[in-house]
Amino acid sequence: MYCSCCFSLPNSSGFSVATMNGQLKKCHIAITSFIDSCSSHNLDSLPIVAVEMIHSLFLINHSGDIFLEKHWKSVIGRSVCDYFFEAKEKAAEPEDVPPVLQTPHHYLISIYRDRLFFLSVIQTEAPPLFVIEFLHRVVETFQDYFGECSETVIKDNVVTVYELLEEMLDNGFPLATESNILKEMIRPPTILRTMVNTLTGTSNFEERLPSGQLSTIPWRRSGVKYTNNEAYFDVIEEIDAIVDKSGTTVCAEIQGVIEACVKLTGMPDLTLSFMNPRLLDDVSFHPCVRFKRWEAERVLSFIPPDGNFTLMSYHVNAQNLVAIPVYVKQNISFFESGSGGRLDLTAGPKQTMGKTVEGLVITVHMPKAVLSASLTATQGSYTYDPATKVLVWDIGRLNPQKLPNLRGSLSLQAGAPKPEDNPSINIALKIQQLAISGLKVNRLDMYGEKYKPFKGVKYVTKAGKFQVRT
Amino acid sequence: MTDSKYFTTTKKGEIFELKAELNSDKKEKKKEAVKKVIASMTVGKDVSALFPDVVNCMQTDNLELKKLVYLYLMNYAKSQPDMAIMAVNTFVKDCEDPNPLIRALAVRTMGCIRVDKITEYLCEPLRKCLKDEDPYVRKTAAVCVAKLHDINAQLVEDQGFLDTLKDLISDSNPMVVANAVAALSEIAESHPNSNLLDLNPQSINKLLTALNECTEWGQIFILDCLANYTPRDDRESQSICERVTPRLSHANSAVVLSAVKVLMKFMEMLPKDLDYYGTLLKKLAPPLVTLLSAEPELQYVALRNINLIVQKRPEILKHEMKVFFVKYNDPIYVKLEKLDIMIRLASQANIAQVLAELKEYATEVDVDFVRKAVRAIGRCAIKVEQSAERCVSTLLDLIQTKVNYVVQEAIVVIKDIFRKYPNKYESVIATLCENLDSLDEPEARAAMIWIVGEYAERIDNADELLESFLEGFHDESTQVQLQLLTAIVKLFLKKPTETQELVQQVLSLATQDSDNPDLRDRGYIYWRLLSTDPVAAKEVVLAEKPLISEETDLIEPTLLEELICHIGTLASVYHKPPSAFVEGSRGVQHKRIPIRSGSGESSESQDTGGAPGATEAPAAIIPSQGDLLGDLLNLDLTPPTSTAGAPPGPPMPMGGMDLLGGGLDSLMGDESEPYSPQMPRGADTPQSLRFSHSSPSSPDYSPTELAPGPALQLGGDIGGSPSMGSGFGAPAAVMPSSLNAPVGGGLGDLFDLGGGVGMPMGTFVPPKTLWLPAMKGKGLEIMGTFARRAGVIQMEMTLTNKAMSVMTDFAIQFNRNSFGLAPAGPLQVPTPLSPNQTIDVSLPLNNGGPVMKMEPLNNLQVAVKNNIDVFYFSCQYPISMLFVEDGKMDRQVFLATWKDIPNENEAQFQINDCHLNSDAASNKLQGSNVFTIAKRTVEGQDMLYQSMKLTNGICVLTELRVQTGSPTYTVSLKCRAAEVSQCVFQCYEAALKN
Repeated sequence: MYCSCCFSLPNSSGFSVATMNGQLKKCHIAITSFIDSCSSHNLDSLPIVAVEMIHSLFLINHSGDIFLEKHWKSVIGRSVCDYFFEAKEKAAEPEDVPPVLQTPHHYLISIYRDRLFFLSVIQTEAPPLFVIEFLHRVVETFQDYFGECSETVIKDNVVTVYELLEEMLDNGFPLATESNILKEMIRPPTILRTMVNTLTGTSNFEERLPSGQLSTIPWRRSGVKYTNNEAYFDVIEEIDAIVDKSGTTVCAEIQGVIEACVKLTGMPDLTLSFMNPRLLDDVSFHPCVRFKRWEAERVLSFIPPDGNFTLMSYHVNAQNLVAIPVYVKQNISFFESGSGGRLDLTAGPKQTMGKTVEGLVITVHMPKAVLSASLTATQGSYTYDPATKVLVWDIGRLNPQKLPNLRGSLSLQAGAPKPEDNPSINIALKIQQLAISGLKVNRLDMYGEKYKPFKGVKYVTKAGKFQVRT
Repeated sequence: MTDSKYFTTTKKGEIFELKAELNSDKKEKKKEAVKKVIASMTVGKDVSALFPDVVNCMQTDNLELKKLVYLYLMNYAKSQPDMAIMAVNTFVKDCEDPNPLIRALAVRTMGCIRVDKITEYLCEPLRKCLKDEDPYVRKTAAVCVAKLHDINAQLVEDQGFLDTLKDLISDSNPMVVANAVAALSEIAESHPNSNLLDLNPQSINKLLTALNECTEWGQIFILDCLANYTPRDDRESQSICERVTPRLSHANSAVVLSAVKVLMKFMEMLPKDLDYYGTLLKKLAPPLVTLLSAEPELQYVALRNINLIVQKRPEILKHEMKVFFVKYNDPIYVKLEKLDIMIRLASQANIAQVLAELKEYATEVDVDFVRKAVRAIGRCAIKVEQSAERCVSTLLDLIQTKVNYVVQEAIVVIKDIFRKYPNKYESVIATLCENLDSLDEPEARAAMIWIVGEYAERIDNADELLESFLEGFHDESTQVQLQLLTAIVKLFLKKPTETQELVQQVLSLATQDSDNPDLRDRGYIYWRLLSTDPVAAKEVVLAEKPLISEETDLIEPTLLEELICHIGTLASVYHKPPSAFVEGSRGVQHKRIPIRSGSGESSESQDTGGAPGATEAPAAIIPSQGDLLGDLLNLDLTPPTSTAGAPPGPPMPMGGMDLLGGGLDSLMGDESEPYSPQMPRGADTPQSLRFSHSSPSSPDYSPTELAPGPALQLGGDIGGSPSMGSGFGAPAAVMPSSLNAPVGGGLGDLFDLGGGVGMPMGTFVPPKTLWLPAMKGKGLEIMGTFARRAGVIQMEMTLTNKAMSVMTDFAIQFNRNSFGLAPAGPLQVPTPLSPNQTIDVSLPLNNGGPVMKMEPLNNLQVAVKNNIDVFYFSCQYPISMLFVEDGKMDRQVFLATWKDIPNENEAQFQINDCHLNSDAASNKLQGSNVFTIAKRTVEGQDMLYQSMKLTNGICVLTELRVQTGSPTYTVSLKCRAAEVSQCVFQCYEAALKN
C-alpha cells in the first residue's frame, strides 16, 4: 500500500502519507534536512566546479511523477525538476518539451521515449548531444534487458537498473555502454534465472572481467559458441516525404538502416557487399565497420558484435531516386456557412515496383472545430476521436483493382466559423521484399572461421514521416 | 518474483525491519535486505540510518553484494563521514585483490566518496592502480584522478598524479588514452592557465591514433581536446582534418558533431584555392543532413549548431534547403529552428520554393509557428530583393484571411519591407488601413502608426487615423506612445496647416501627463525643435533613414567565431559564449578560430567582406554585448607595440561585462537629471542623442529573435522600446544622417546653429567634450578632442583627478578601429596626479594599428588604465583629422577620377545657414586639408571643386555649390569608398560653421 502511494505522488512530499506511523514522519524530516544540508554544503565548502558531465538522472512518467532517481555524485534535490515540470506544463504535447532547459544552477537535458521522460541534470558546460546519445543508450539498454522500457518494468527490475546505470557511467564518463559488455557483467533477468537464483542463491553477477572490455573490439565477447550459426540482415527503409495538394512531391528522402542479427561462433570476419553502393548519400556505421575498406572498395568489412545490432544507417535524398509508393486523392472542404463539411479520400498505388502495399493507414488531423464524422469506407474501418480530432482510416492491403475510398460528411461545432487551418494527412504503410531506394545486397562472405553459416537478407519499406497536404 | 517486492513493506517500521535483516546470518537474506535498501534509495527515501549495518555487509566474497554495498556507500558516505572510515580497510584490501574487476571497482568507489579522511587513504591504492598491469584498472584509475582533483586539488598536485596522468596519454591501450584525455580536460578546465594538456605535434599524433581505436565516448573526448589545438601551418591542419573526417560516418551523433567542430575550426587555416578545401566542404554536408533524421532531441541540438555553421559557411548547405522543410509531426521546437535556417539559406535560386512552404506554414495550427512563418516571409523580402514583390502579395493574401494574429504579424513585417524598399509598395497602405481596428498588440499598433506617420502625405485621413489612437494615449504601451508622438510630429511637418492642434495635444500629453522619462524627453526635444527651428526639425524628424538589411539578425562575427569553436556544447545551443552563462569559477577562455598565416589573410577578409556571415562586420550589424566585451578584451590581448611602455591591463574576468556596461552608460550621460518643466535650454548633448536614435538596446542578445529589430530601430523613430534609455550599444549605432556630427556634437550643434566657439584659421578643432565622467572613472574625468597639428593627429585630453587619492601609472590603448588609429607613444602623464589636479595631455597618434570597421566609421573605443582600474569609453573623431597635407589633386586627375567613380557612389548633402562666401569657405576648408582645385561661377553660383586624401589613401572628391546670397550650400561628394561620405560631410559642416 505504501508503495503505490509513493509512486503516485510527484515529489518526495510523498510522505504526506504520514498518517501511517510516526516513524515515517521522522523519516521525511530527515530527508528534507538531508537534502538541505547537501545543497548548502555544496555551495559552501566545495568548489562550484563540478567535474562530471551527467550529475543526476531522474525518470519521470507521463503524468509527471518521479519514480526513479540516480545520482552519480552528490544528491540533487528533486526540486530541480520543477523547472522541467514548468516547461512541461507549457508544452502542448509531451513531445514538445524543449530538450535543453536552463535553470539558475543547472542544465536539464531530457529525452521523451516510450511515454517516459529521462531527465539528466548537468552542472557544467557539456556537449548536449553527448548527454542525449547517452540517454538513448540507457533506453536501448533497458529495452534490450527487459524487452520494453516502461515504468512497471523498471520498477520490477530496479536493482538491475541501478546496477546498469552505475556500470554505464562513472563520474560522468560513460564506462560500458555496449550491450555485449554489459550483459557479460550484469546478466539480464530471465524468468528461469530468477527462479534458479532464488533457489540456489547465486547472483546474476559475473565474477570475472569481461574480455571484450579491453580488446580493440570492445563490442564482441570472446568464446561465443552456437550450434546453429546464422547471420540475418534486415534492410529497412523509411520514406519521409511531403506531397502537396496537387500530388507533387515537395520533398522526399529515404532513411535506411541495416539491422543485423548475427549468431556466429568464434571470431568471424564478415564482408558484405552491395550491388549499387553509390546510391547512398550519407552513411553512419557501427564502430565495428572498417571505414577504410568502405572508402576504398565500398564494402562493409567487420567483425560483428554478438546478437542484434544496427550495422549501418544511410540516407538517400536525391529526389529522383525516391519513389512515392501511393497517392491519396483527397477533397476535404467546409461549407462557407460553417455548419459542416465533406470529406472524400481515395488511395491508390503509384510507384510500388510491382509489390503489394500493406498495412496502409491514413491519419487525418482535423481542425479543432470538427465535432464528428459520418463516413463510409469501401475498405477497412475508420475511427474519429473527437478529443484529439484525429481521424484514422485503417485500410490494410491496397488492392490496385478496387481502390479504397472513404467519403461522407463532417459536422462542426455549432456556431463555429469555417476552420482556417488545413487538415493534415499522414500515411503509414509497409511493403515487404522491397527496399524502395533499390539498394540490393550482393553477397556476404565470412573469413576467419571454417564453418558454413546460414545467411539471409530481408527487405522492407515503410512510411516514415509521410505527409500529404490539403 | 520481481524487484518490486522490495518496495513493499510490513506495517511495522521499515527501517527497523531492514536493520534486523541486514544483521541476519543468512547470506541470502542479507543480500535481499541490501537490495531493499537500494530500492528505497532509488525512489528518494532516506535510508542513511542503516549505514553501519550496510557497511558490515561489505566484507564478502559475493561480488554482487559488494557492488550493492558500494552503491550505498557512494550515496551516503558524505552524510556519515565517521562511519565511512569503517569501510576504508576493506577498500584498501580490495585494491590489492587478484581480480582486476574488484581492484577497479574499489578504486572507483573510493573516488566517489567525497570524504576528506578517506581521500588520504586513497592516494597509495590509486598510485598503484594508475600503474596496474590491467588496462581496465588503469582507465578506471585515470578517471579517479579527476574525481580526487575535484575533492582536493592540492593533494593531487602534491602527489604527482597529474604527471602520471600525462604519461597515460602515451598508454598502449586506446581506452586508457581516452580516459586520461577526458580526465585531463576536466582538470584543465578548472585551471585555465595550467598547461596540463600540452598539445604538440607528437601528442596530437598519439591522440589521432587512439581516436581510431577507442570507444565512441572516448572519441568525443579526444575530438574535443583536438579542437583546442592550433596547428602550426596549413599542412598540419590538413593532415589532422584528413584523419578526423572518417568520424563523420560514426553512428553516434555526438562524435559526428565533435568532428564537425574540429573540421570547421581547422578549415579556417586551409588556403581556399586548395583542392582539399573544396573536398572537405562537400564532405561536411551529408552528415549534417543525416543528423536531421535522428530523434527530435538530437535534431534540435543539431539545428542550433547548423544555424551557426550556415552563418559561418553558407556554401556547405546551400543546396540542402529541402531537408529543412517542416514536417507536420516535428515537435514545435524543431519547427521553429528549421524555419530560422530556411531563411538563412533562402536565395534567389530557391526563393519560390521557400515562399510556397512559408505560405503553407502560415495556415498551420500552432500560433507561435504561424507567427514566425509570417515574419519569415518578411525576412525573405528583405533578404532577396527579387522576391519582394511576391512576398508582399503573399502577405496581402494572408491579411485577407483576417486571422487576427496573422494580420498583426503581417503588418509588422510590411513595415520592415517599406523600410527596405521605400516608395515601392505603398499602394498596399489602403489594405493595411482597413485592418486598423483589429490590431491589439503593441508591436503591430506601433508598426501601423509608423506607416501612417511615414506616409502621412499619401493618406488623406492620416490625421483622423492618428487622432483615433490618441484618445487612449495613456493606456497604450510605451512603444506605441513613442511611435504615436513621432508619427504626429511627422504628420505636422508634412501637413502643418491642419494638424497644429493635434501636435499640441500630443506634445502636452507626452511632456506633461506622462511619467515615462523616455517619452517626456522625446516630447521635449520635438517641442524645442519645432519651436526653435522647424527646418532643423524637419531634418531631424524626416531624416532619411539608413536602409535595413537582412544581416541584422546574423550573429555578430566575433561571437560567431567563438561559437564555432564551441560547436556541440551548450554554448552552441544557447548561442552565447560559455563565459556568459556557465556557472563556476572557470576563467574566461575565449576560443578563437586560428587564422591562416601568410600574406593571404588581409585580402581574404576583404574578399568575403560582402558575403553574409563574412568575417568583417557588415555595415548594419550592431555589436552585441558579448562582442563588445570580446573586442575590448582584445585590447588587453594584443597590445600594439607602440604602447610598449604601458603595462597591459589586468586580466578581465566576468566582471568585464559590468564594467563595460557602466562605461558605455556613462557615455550616454546616464545621470538622468530630470528635466525641469520650463524646457531648459541646451539639453545636454549625449542625452539628446539618446532618444533621437533609439538604440538597439536589448542587452539580452537573443539570436533567435526573428525581427530585424536592431536595424529597424536605427532609423530613429520606429519601435523605440522602453529600454532604449539603457544606452547600450548606442555609441556604436548608426546615427541618422543629420545627427552624425563629429565628436558627439550631435544635437548640440543643431541647437546652437551658427553659434559656437570662434576658431582661428587652420584646422578645425572641435571643443573638448566629456569622454569619461568622474563618476564612471572612479574619480578620473577625461575631456578630450582631436586635432591635426603639423601633420600629426593629436588626441588632446584634459585629465582631472576628482578622487581623494593620487593617481599613477597611466596607460592608454585603443580598440581596433576603422582607420587603424593607434597611440604613437605612451601616454605622457606627469604622475602622480594629485587630487583635484588637472592636466592637459596630448597624445600623438599614428595609423599603423589593426583595422576593423567601426560603426559609425569614426568611432574609437578607448581603454585608459591607472593604478585604480581600467576604464572604457568611446568617442568619435572628426574624419578631417585624417586628411593628409598632400591631398591636393591634379586637375586632370581630378576630372578623370570624377568620371571614373560610378554615379551610385555620389552623395549629396545640404549645409544650411552658412553665411560665408565661396572664398572664405575655401580658405576655411584649406585649414582642414581640403584643397580647392578649381572654381567656376555659373549663373551666380560658385562651384568649388575640392579634393582630400585620407591617411589610408582613400581620395574624396567634392563639388561645393555656393549660391550667392543663399545660406544653403550643396555638397556633392564622390568617393570609391562610399561609406566615408557621411563623415566627410560632417567635417564640411563642422569646418564651415566654425
